[in-house]
Amino acid sequence: MVDFAFYPIGIQLETVELTIGGEPKRFDAPLSVSSLVEKLSLANRRIAIELNGEIVPRSRFDSTMISSGDRMEIVTAVGGG
Amino acid sequence: MDMLDIAGKSYSSRLLVGTGKYRDFEETRLAVEESGAQIVTVAIRRTNIGQDKNEPSLLDALPPSKYTYLPNTAGCYSAKDAVRTLMLARELLDGHDLVKLEVLGDPATLYPNVIETISAAKTLVDEGFKVMVYTSDDPIVAKELEEIGCVAVMPLASLIGSGMGILNPWNLSIIIENAKVPVLVDAGVGTASDAAIAMELGCDGILMNTAIAQAKNPILMASAMKKAVMAGREAYLAGRMPKKYYSASPSSPTSGMIS
Repeated sequence: MVDFAFYPIGIQLETVELTIGGEPKRFDAPLSVSSLVEKLSLANRRIAIELNGEIVPRSRFDSTMISSGDRMEIVTAVGGG
Repeated sequence: MDMLDIAGKSYSSRLLVGTGKYRDFEETRLAVEESGAQIVTVAIRRTNIGQDKNEPSLLDALPPSKYTYLPNTAGCYSAKDAVRTLMLARELLDGHDLVKLEVLGDPATLYPNVIETISAAKTLVDEGFKVMVYTSDDPIVAKELEEIGCVAVMPLASLIGSGMGILNPWNLSIIIENAKVPVLVDAGVGTASDAAIAMELGCDGILMNTAIAQAKNPILMASAMKKAVMAGREAYLAGRMPKKYYSASPSSPTSGMIS
């Protein structure tokens, strides 16, 4: 694991590494929640997102940026009793 | 008209159905339609990343505009996980706050953990959720959940997925007698007569999934359950005749005999 805290300030990191549903994923930086949703082809799906344990309301998908080390959950409704 | 009132909303159907264990979404849709249910439970799970954009989803088969969704906390073993799941559900369903709380205690039996359930119910009620709560058939726990502010109490008839029917009608009767909120039997119904018996006891409704989904013909069983719930309800309202060991009261007149 790269410890990004050691990178000097001012250097633009090229990728963002996060986990989605426990799986490690890597994307180009910068990465907002809405651009991630677009990249995952989930834009037209009914989903809810939790970032580091906090729910991200749909209204804040555009303004919420993802950082390396973030933990994300993306959920939907499935059949269940 | 005889309606089921839950959290200020009236429903003509007293049968609530789960949407799990069906072969596909088409069978789910047909069975739910046939059951006449207006409230359907759904589970909240991680989205499959990288799935086909056009892959059908449950939300297409059962549009939330047509059915009242009841997101559940199936698979949660702690109050914390249950609350987290329903927070996500509320976001997912645009602020929809009617939910089914269930916190399990044991993966082998799926018996509810009432201590965690009570804890989660308190948090959820404080957070503004309208909580329909799955619980054991303990009348004291049922009353406690009602007093916390749950909008419906849903004791088991027997264990989830067991199809064992109504194992303790006496406890259910005590719960029904003491409750000021709707009491729905949730779990354990195996066939139509079980549903009718539960309704005859005075339950306000029944929530079931496996009994329909795992029947050889789920759509026909959905129809049977719809009728059983209606028949049981009508029998309850009609008030049954008293049981007697024997009766010297024939159904035909005793006078006017030809001999």
